[in-house]
Amino acid sequence: MTDVNDVNDLNDGVRDRYDLAVIGAGPAGFAAAVTAADAGLAVVILDAGRAAGGQFYRQPAAALRAARPDRLHHGWRAYTAWTGRLAAHVAAGTINHLTDHHVWTVERLDADAADGRGLAGAGSATAETAASPGTLFAVHAVIGAGGATGRAVQASAVLLATGAYERQLPFPGWTLPGVVTAGGAQAQLKDSLVVPGRRVVVAGTGPLLLSVAASLALAGAKVPAVVEAADPLRYARHAKALALNPGKLIEGAGYAATLVRHGIPVRPRHVVVAAHGERRVEAVSIARTDRAGRPVPGRERMITCDALAVGYGLDAQLEIALELGCGTRREPDGGWVLTVDAQQRTGVPGVWAAGETTGVGGAQLALIEGELAAHSIAATLPAGGFAVRAAGASRPGRAMSQTAQPSAGDGGETGSADRVGPVAAAGRSVGSAARPGRKVAKLVRRRARLRAFADVLQQVHTLPERWSDNLRADTAVCRCEEVPYAAVRDAVTDLGATDSRSVKLLTRAGMGWCQGRMCGTAVQCLVGELTGGEAKAAPAARPLACPVPLGVLAEGAFAPAAPASGTSPAPAAAAPPHAERPADPPD
Amino acid sequence: MTGTPRDLVAARPGPEFTVRVDGRPVPALPGQTLAAVLWAAGITAWRTSRVTGEPRGAFCGIGACFDCLITVNGVRDQRACLVRPEPGDEVRTRD
Amino acid sequence: MVGAACAYYAARAGLAVTVVDRGPVAGGTTGAGEGNLLVSDKEPGPELDLALRSAQLWEELAAEELPGGGTLGQVAEYEAKGGLVVAADPARLAALTAFAAGQTAAGVTARPVDGDGLRALEPHLARDQAGGVYYPQDAQVQPALAAAHLLRQARLAGAALRLGENVVGIDTDKEGRVAGVRTDRGRIAAPAVINAAGTWGGELAALAGVFLPVMPRRGFVLVTAPLPPLVRHKVYAADYVADVASDSADLQTSAVVEGTPSGPVLIGASRERVGYDRTLSVPVLRRLAAQAVALFPRLAEVPAMRAYRGFRPYMPDHLPAIGEDPRRPGLFHACGHEGAGIGLAPATGFFIAQQLVGEKPDFDLAPFRPDRFEADAAAGGGVPYGGSETGPDISPEIGPESRLDGGADR
Repeated sequence: MTDVNDVNDLNDGVRDRYDLAVIGAGPAGFAAAVTAADAGLAVVILDAGRAAGGQFYRQPAAALRAARPDRLHHGWRAYTAWTGRLAAHVAAGTINHLTDHHVWTVERLDADAADGRGLAGAGSATAETAASPGTLFAVHAVIGAGGATGRAVQASAVLLATGAYERQLPFPGWTLPGVVTAGGAQAQLKDSLVVPGRRVVVAGTGPLLLSVAASLALAGAKVPAVVEAADPLRYARHAKALALNPGKLIEGAGYAATLVRHGIPVRPRHVVVAAHGERRVEAVSIARTDRAGRPVPGRERMITCDALAVGYGLDAQLEIALELGCGTRREPDGGWVLTVDAQQRTGVPGVWAAGETTGVGGAQLALIEGELAAHSIAATLPAGGFAVRAAGASRPGRAMSQTAQPSAGDGGETGSADRVGPVAAAGRSVGSAARPGRKVAKLVRRRARLRAFADVLQQVHTLPERWSDNLRADTAVCRCEEVPYAAVRDAVTDLGATDSRSVKLLTRAGMGWCQGRMCGTAVQCLVGELTGGEAKAAPAARPLACPVPLGVLAEGAFAPAAPASGTSPAPAAAAPPHAERPADPPD
Repeated sequence: MTGTPRDLVAARPGPEFTVRVDGRPVPALPGQTLAAVLWAAGITAWRTSRVTGEPRGAFCGIGACFDCLITVNGVRDQRACLVRPEPGDEVRTRD
Repeated sequence: MVGAACAYYAARAGLAVTVVDRGPVAGGTTGAGEGNLLVSDKEPGPELDLALRSAQLWEELAAEELPGGGTLGQVAEYEAKGGLVVAADPARLAALTAFAAGQTAAGVTARPVDGDGLRALEPHLARDQAGGVYYPQDAQVQPALAAAHLLRQARLAGAALRLGENVVGIDTDKEGRVAGVRTDRGRIAAPAVINAAGTWGGELAALAGVFLPVMPRRGFVLVTAPLPPLVRHKVYAADYVADVASDSADLQTSAVVEGTPSGPVLIGASRERVGYDRTLSVPVLRRLAAQAVALFPRLAEVPAMRAYRGFRPYMPDHLPAIGEDPRRPGLFHACGHEGAGIGLAPATGFFIAQQLVGEKPDFDLAPFRPDRFEADAAAGGGVPYGGSETGPDISPEIGPESRLDGGADR
């Protein structure tokens, strides 16, 4: 057994220190890595997958030798263009792509970590003066899912591009084998060329459902119905944002055409109220909902199937970000994402974020955000990156203006043109670098347009308001610890739980293997309902972003000041030489 | 109109091999995840839940939910949706 | 937990009780601990006497029948599993054995165990340990459930529970006696106020104008994936006792390993005084993991699934503050139990209730006098509030810090 096809050799050129560590090799991550490397930074990507792409551009295993993987993908040309550039950087040694690396935490190492000062917030000191030691992070990973080896790399800056997983709501029968997440069905199809059943009902809410149903149908599965909780009439309220994104509409129309071609009915304003079966799902009951989102009595009907692919939107993976202290906000659909400014900076010096972590909006938006983040990082890091600066060299021009980072307190010169979304905490400037290049300005406009479109999707595809009406006392809310709805209810009404955490302490809901990733949304909603909306909502902290074998954790425990396994600390004055970089950015 | 996922992407996988699941031979293609191998063999449940003893299999399919835990070559609690079996692997569904 | 116990015994004594907490039940250190009910880690003295008395009360509480069926012990996962303290080498074993002899003289049941005995008690323990001492009185409870059910029993006895409500002031009368509390929702008149704010007890005392040096002592706990039974008792290294007793602000770690009824193994214990810094400390986690693997080598393959952190209410002499404050009549303190609050809660609540109804407690509470640090305050020494020991999380509220994550996992 191996976890990957191409396990990295432990001495595969991993250097002691990088300018930028990118966590996640989905669209945001690879776009950022390539852009930053183009600008001359030494970049490392750590990703759990075995090839760049993330979940959206998940690729068939190489050994399956798929001649036409594009048939399972939208936006294939963008993917091949970016990954071609990525491959060139990897070959040149300017990007180290560490596959099958599961990052469990990112640790701040710089002396300023404790009092919150650092690179981006270093007062009036410009980046060029390099008087401040800047930020420094150690990224800790386990190699292989359940692997027995760990690795840590150090970097001056971190880009969080950790993506999202699918949001779920419990209903009777949802633990039956054959009930899978819509995204999971898609992932296993793209990756390993299998479908979860012969007759697969697709249900939940959100644009992913159409894409999944189309893929399953193309791959030979019968899809008896797409059961969509939302009311499509709600799109009519957002005509402008839709009209500004013809590409997104064409993408949706493509899926719809596939559904029509395969005779797949879409049932809007319907929800799955139960899955039935003994050892696996054999049928599902769906029901029409009324205006309040409540299933209409007597309007249920049964659909036979051998699989159900279900999902209610996406939840961003925020574990690493929350431990670093990044700020969060809630999206229109209730999900938590990171607060970033127009340059994709989080409130934590040295930490940028892009893609679904900063707002669920799809691959195109993630690519743009990744690119913008990289431009900001390149403009922020000491000229030429850490190592070149240490060696006293200066850098030739790069893609973006070398104007110093706006410092804290100059929020007055915020440019409104590139201002998107919520503003970073702490009132830092949200302007981009003072003279963004034309390219950046264009990216900023496209980001705003796609973000507006994503907001529309979220406002249309909210959770069905009365989903909990379907729960029975014995319906498992938490799959891992098998906590029934009645236990969650009693914890709130009888034992004094007033938030998700105290429900967890009193019921174990969210305490199991998945750490509440599957039940977190449901528990938070239930606590809100049961306390009359007074529940204090907050994103769940998970200090370990993934399981870490104790033997891996124990490595180097008592070594004096050892930062990590396999690497040695690189004092600023004696940085290792970097590999050569392109003298000029390709674009 | 109905094909297979392999037809769709014009895959020409390497030679099929066998993994043993509770002693029973199950065909696998190189590169596939164990969850995919099991799904392809019509197996959707391979774990028994700890409290109520219900059958469980893959749910999230991307390594987040840990419902698909399985023992491979004696190593417990592997995520079937992530591990990729090799010829001769011994898989146990009840541990 | 301490507040729940105070409410329980006071309500049972017939008093009208209102419990106010800015967070949920068990939202503070109670929800971030392992639920130790230990006598083994305490040297002879007032704290050990309190622990022995509390162990008896825990046994009684565990046997209490609940109206919904079952006992308090069953729902709160009370386990009289016993503790096993392990010494790695003969020198440590000699020190441990001498320590245990002193405890035995103070009323503790302690049984020396040789190498073979260790293996009989814990088959998966590392082979190279010199020996240890077994303490059958050590027990375990799931602290959040224990606190919630004890509070539920208090409510059945007439207590009122007000959650999500901040105490922002203490009212006093003309003579300086306590007259009640002010909260963000109004006033609650009461001739007696109990400060059971745990790690935040110093802030509540300050609201009443008295000095009480409670400081946070941070701890991390690692939680493994659910396992088949591997660790039977509460097992810890002999070094733990020295760490608990240490006055240093620096990091100390010593392995404390135990299985839980739900399957995961809990791994503690670290102690460091860093204010309310919540940053995940990778070096601390590494040390905890290494020490646990040294005790139980099979744990090396086992994944840590999560970690949580909390802040023990530390006082400079490691003793809690229990009883009425002579500087502010009507104010009773029941806080500062450091890492022993779950174990010491019943005795604390029991004696506070005795004081409240005017009985003389049948226990010498003098070592726990809340005004014993008055000299430090007067000298300007002692422990500052809002100084380096306290982080930005401090606010003039009582009750648990509700931003804690994780929690007891059993």
